Order: sequence, then structure tokens, then C-alpha cells
Amino acid sequence: MLTLEGVVIRQDAFELRADLNVPKGARVSVIGPSGAGKSTLLNVIAGFFEPSAGRVLREGRDITRKPPGERGISLLFQDNNLFPHLTVAQNVGLGIDPGLRLTRDQRAWVEAALERVGLGGMGGRKPGRLSGGQQGRAGLARILVQGKSLILLDEPFAALGPALRAEMLALVEDVASEIGATLLMVSHDPGDARRLGGQAILVAEGRAEAPVEVAELLENPPPVLRNYLGD
Amino acid sequence: MTRSGPGWVAAGIVAALILGPLFAVFMRAETGGAVLTSDWAAVRFTILQAILSAALSIALAIPVARALARRAFPGRGILITLLGAPFILPVIVAVLGLLAVFGRGGIVNTGLAWLGLPPVSIYGLQGVVLAHVFFNLPLATRIILQGWQGIPAERFRLAANLGLSGVQVARFLEFPMLRAVVPGALMVVFAICLSSFAVALTLGGGPRATTVELAIYQAFNFDFDLGRAARLALIQLVLAGAAAVVAFWAAVPAGFGAGLGRVVRRWEAETWGARALDAGWITLAAGFLIVPLAMIFLNGVNGLTQMPGAVWRAAGVSVVIALISTVLCIGLALSLAMARRGWAEVVALMGIAVSPLVIGTGLFVIVNPWIDPSRLALPVTALVNALMALPFAMRVLAPDLARTEADFGRLADALGLTGWARLRWLILPRLRPALGFSAGLAGALSMGDLGVVALFADPDFATLPLQMYRLMGAYQMEAAAGAGLILLALSLGIFWIFDRGGRGDVDA
Repeated sequence: MLTLEGVVIRQDAFELRADLNVPKGARVSVIGPSGAGKSTLLNVIAGFFEPSAGRVLREGRDITRKPPGERGISLLFQDNNLFPHLTVAQNVGLGIDPGLRLTRDQRAWVEAALERVGLGGMGGRKPGRLSGGQQGRAGLARILVQGKSLILLDEPFAALGPALRAEMLALVEDVASEIGATLLMVSHDPGDARRLGGQAILVAEGRAEAPVEVAELLENPPPVLRNYLGD
Repeated sequence: MTRSGPGWVAAGIVAALILGPLFAVFMRAETGGAVLTSDWAAVRFTILQAILSAALSIALAIPVARALARRAFPGRGILITLLGAPFILPVIVAVLGLLAVFGRGGIVNTGLAWLGLPPVSIYGLQGVVLAHVFFNLPLATRIILQGWQGIPAERFRLAANLGLSGVQVARFLEFPMLRAVVPGALMVVFAICLSSFAVALTLGGGPRATTVELAIYQAFNFDFDLGRAARLALIQLVLAGAAAVVAFWAAVPAGFGAGLGRVVRRWEAETWGARALDAGWITLAAGFLIVPLAMIFLNGVNGLTQMPGAVWRAAGVSVVIALISTVLCIGLALSLAMARRGWAEVVALMGIAVSPLVIGTGLFVIVNPWIDPSRLALPVTALVNALMALPFAMRVLAPDLARTEADFGRLADALGLTGWARLRWLILPRLRPALGFSAGLAGALSMGDLGVVALFADPDFATLPLQMYRLMGAYQMEAAAGAGLILLALSLGIFWIFDRGGRGDVDA
């Protein structure tokens, strides 16, 4: 369980409040108009941005002041998910050991993860030689070996076409199920939320609402969401 | 943050190495007595030659930069690369090249004798200014050329569309740019010339052509008057310190020739008169740069056979010092840059405000009671050279490091890449080109430096620049030319090897 307890995020004139629980193993989309603070909310959970007030808890333990690397969280951003100067296998290997001192077993594990996301035999390539979709897959392979119990995705496939995006979402879903991880995904596209299913957190008008069923939210959107959706 | 740990240590080392000697100088100067008239003469000459050098460099740089901005011709790229070269060209080598052209038996005086005209002398004020223009005309040209290329091409198209003449284009487009760029360029050259030591040592001298830096050296070497040296060091600090910090930001090339490749088409300048004028300026500037360098090469090849063994020993010493000081400089710069704090930059900048002779004086005062300073000549030279190159290395590394952290810092944080792992897997690979370039600068600057070593060396010890200076002082000009060629090759070689090593196979 991920808990945001009385969290207040302030940045100049911007303010966002969050008081919510995300149950273990849930699939949760974070939706809302741009500029509402979806990514900022994720940054607070990941530890890149400190809230002005309130606590972030995982399984009841306070992680508000923990450094990003010690929160038990895997991440996928829109871009810059891979270090361009390292090979794909090294990029994935960093998920096992930040010092990249891998045993033979661990290297086999990396290879298996690459195989699993459809990048078998491409471990020796540099990211620059992969397509956008393949780069996303490499990021997912790293999430697979990291095996962390919470996965945060910040508009991860925004640059991909619709068909490829659906395919990648399905892969994300599979990866999360395999690890048994909770999934939290920011997206500006309600279609992504519908495809992912599960629940959705609406971020709008300075508040991050508690998660509700996606279908329900999209069937009966509150006025602010209706304006955003445009129908 | 754990990352600023090494930064604190580096900052402490640098601050102690700069402030300690300054303090020692200060203590000594108080008991040193009143300011002498010869001190004032040195101050006056320092300012006068700096003003003349700056004014002349800029005045010549404006037409050269304009010609380069609006003309595409074969060899333009090479010429622009060459404009960056004086930054790593050893001063004493350039002086030797200038002597071969403008000296007593040089090309110019030979020509004048042919025409039955009296010879000109390169020594004194005119020689010091000439050498400074040789070094700073390229720098000023680069700065002003950047200004020219900052004017959007669309504006020149608009000007052509409106049918503006050359004079009108100058008035509406070029003059406003120059008004913004020229004061900064003047300031840069002025500040650089304020701290002139090697040029004044070789072409100046005497009561009427001594800079403050040279006076410090003379107080040391001829009179061994430490009090006077300390007093002059204090004067130099006040005189040049602030100006140097202001100037420094514009002086480091961001990579030789980088970003200056574009030529904007200029319709109003497509007249034969304008073409001839530009061709003339480019030829003149290229000749002024290339002929002395060519003379170094020609004379040097002849002199190679006449060099005493001491030259090779000195070359070895210089290479060792250059390598040590490069490692020190890059280690300090990287630690300071990784702290990513304002204070780190301030600490690194201190090296530019304090002249090497001032630090040298202070270190001499500190160690003199305990050890024979000449025994410390090698480590002190390596250390001071590293401190002098530190601001430049910081200037090159800091922006790249900031960009790396902006692009990949979150990812590295999320993966728990800290300490050594972050350095090994993120920072070193991303910064490789910048590290290579700054190590090249540090190595070449140290290789060619003739400064603090002059204070500490005894007759048995010399770096290559110092050995060259001694040969010149003994009128062994052929041998000096040979040594000069070796020094030039080593300086450029060190720069090239490091810079190349940094480029390697870089993935975007």
C-alpha cells in the first residue's frame, strides 16, 4: 500500500494537495489537464521533490525523506531512460547493481529479461541504435530485473504511435504482474487509462483525488474532467 | 549530499594554496617599507602597455572579424582553428617567432635595410605591445566574430530586401552589435595584458619597460628583496585581480573553431571594393599569425642539431610537470564541479585573480626558512600550474556536468547510482570529451608556462621554457630556436593527445 498523508506540494504559486491510498498490486492511471501537477505528484512519490507538508508512506513506513534510490521504486520516464554511452545490457544491469559488478548468473538474468521484452541478442547495442519502441522495451527489461514492488511511469510512451503504445502498455501490464508490483502511470491520454483498466487518480484544481474505478470516472466525469476530455 | 564531500576537500586545498601564500605575502609586505618610485613606474608601464595592446588588438580585430564573417574561402576553417591556437602557444616560443620577423636580424629589418631605411627595434614598449597584439588579436577576432554571427541571417536578408547600402547595414546592424561586444573584448585583452610576465621578461625590461609582474621577479632575482617583492605582489593583486575575473569568462575557447563555421550571405558587400578590402585584412591577419610560426619551424629545424643536452633534460622535466599538473588540475576541477555549488566556482576562480608570481612569492616566503626553495621547484611548479589552469578546466567541465545531471540525474538517482558508481558509469563517460579538452588545455598551459619556475629554479634545474629563455639570454639563438620547436611540438602534442583521447567513440 502506498499512502499520501496530508501531502502539500508547493512550487512558487502552484499548490497541490493529496490525501490518498493506493492498494497493493493496483493498476492506477493518473489523469488530468496538463499543468495540474500529475508529474509533480509522481516526482514527490519517487523522491525527486520534497513536499512542503505531509508524509509519503509505503506499507505504513515513512519514506518522505528517503533518497530516490532507496525507496523500492522502479521508474520509466518519457525519454532519457537509458544512458546513451552504455550498452543496452549495461543499462539493464544497473538495475541489479549500480556498480555493474555482475556475476555470471546475473548476466544471464539480464539476457533473459531482454529476451522476455523481445530484445534477445541486442544487449551489446548502444541505445542510439534502437528504435523508440525498443528503447521502451529496454527500460521495461530493467524494471523486470529491478523487481521493485512499485512501478512509476511518467508518460512513458507518449512519443510512440497508437498501435505501438497499446502493445507497450500490454507489456507493462505483463511485467508488473510478473513482479507482482503496483503500477502508477501518468498519462495525458484517457485512452491509455481505459486500456490499462483498474483505477484512476484525477489531478485537477489543486487536488489529487483518491483513486476510483477508471470506467466509472470516464462514464460520469466531474465537470473539470469533462472540460479536459472535451465532450 | 554525499557528492559534495570531495568538493569540500578540493575547495579546502585550493583555498589554502592560494590564500596561504597571499597571507604570507601580506605579512611580509607590511614590514617592507614605502612604495618606491620604481614601483610606480612599473604600475604606469603595466597600465599603459595594457591599454595600447587592448586598443590595437580590438581595432585590428574588427575588420578581420567582419571579413571572416562575410567571406567563404578555402582555408577559412583552418584559419579560424588557428585563431584558437595562441591560447595554448607557449609565450616564449611566440616571442622567438616574432624576433625572427621583427628582431634585429629579422625579415622586417632586412627589408628596411634593402630600402636604405633605418632599422626598427622590437625591444621596449613597442615590442611588448606587438607580442600582446600577436596573442590577443586572434582572441579578440574570435570574440567579435561570435558577435557578428549572433546577428540573425534574416536581418541581412531584410536589409538586402530594403536595398540598404554597406554604410547603412553597418549603421543599423553591425554598429549596435559592436557597441555591445567591443567593451567586453577590450576588457578581456586589457586584463590579460595586465598580468604579462613572459613577454615583458623577454621583450621589455629596464626601468622604462617593466611590468609589475616582471618587477616582482627582478626584486627576487637581482636584489633578493623579499619585502619589495611582497609589496609588488600586493599591488599586482589589486591591479589585476578584479579585472582578471571579469575577463576570464570570455577568454576560454569553447572548443577551437566550434560554432564559427557559418558564413552569412551579404548582398550589400558583394562589390569589388569590399571584396578586396576583406581579402586584404584576411591576408594581413593570416600573415601576422602564420609568418612568425613558420619562422619558428624553419629556424627550429636548423637549430635542432645545435642544442645542448640540457634542452632534452629540460624537456623531460617539463613533460613530467605538465602531466602531474594536468592530473592535479582535472582532479580538483572535477571534484569542485561535482559539488555543483556557487562556492566551488568562486574557489576555482581565485586562481585567475591571483597571478602565479604572487603565489610563487608567497610560497617562497613560507618555505624559505625551512627548506631550500630550489629543491621544491618541480612540485611547486606543477602545483601552481594546476591552480592556474583550474578555472579554465572548470569553465569547460561545469556546463557539461550540469547538462548531464539535468538529462540523467533523476534516472541515476532512481537507480541508486551514487559515489564511485555514478562517477564511473555516468559522469566520466558523459564528460569524456570535455575532460579530454580541459586536460589538453591544462597540459599545454603547464608545458608552455614560464612563470613561477623562474622564481624557484636554480642553475641546475629548468623547464623547457626556462631553458629556452636561458639560451636566448646567452645569445645561442639557433639552439633556442631548436628548443622552441620542441616546446611547440610538445605543447601542441599534449593538447592533441588529450583532446583526441576525449573524443574517442562518443555516443550521442
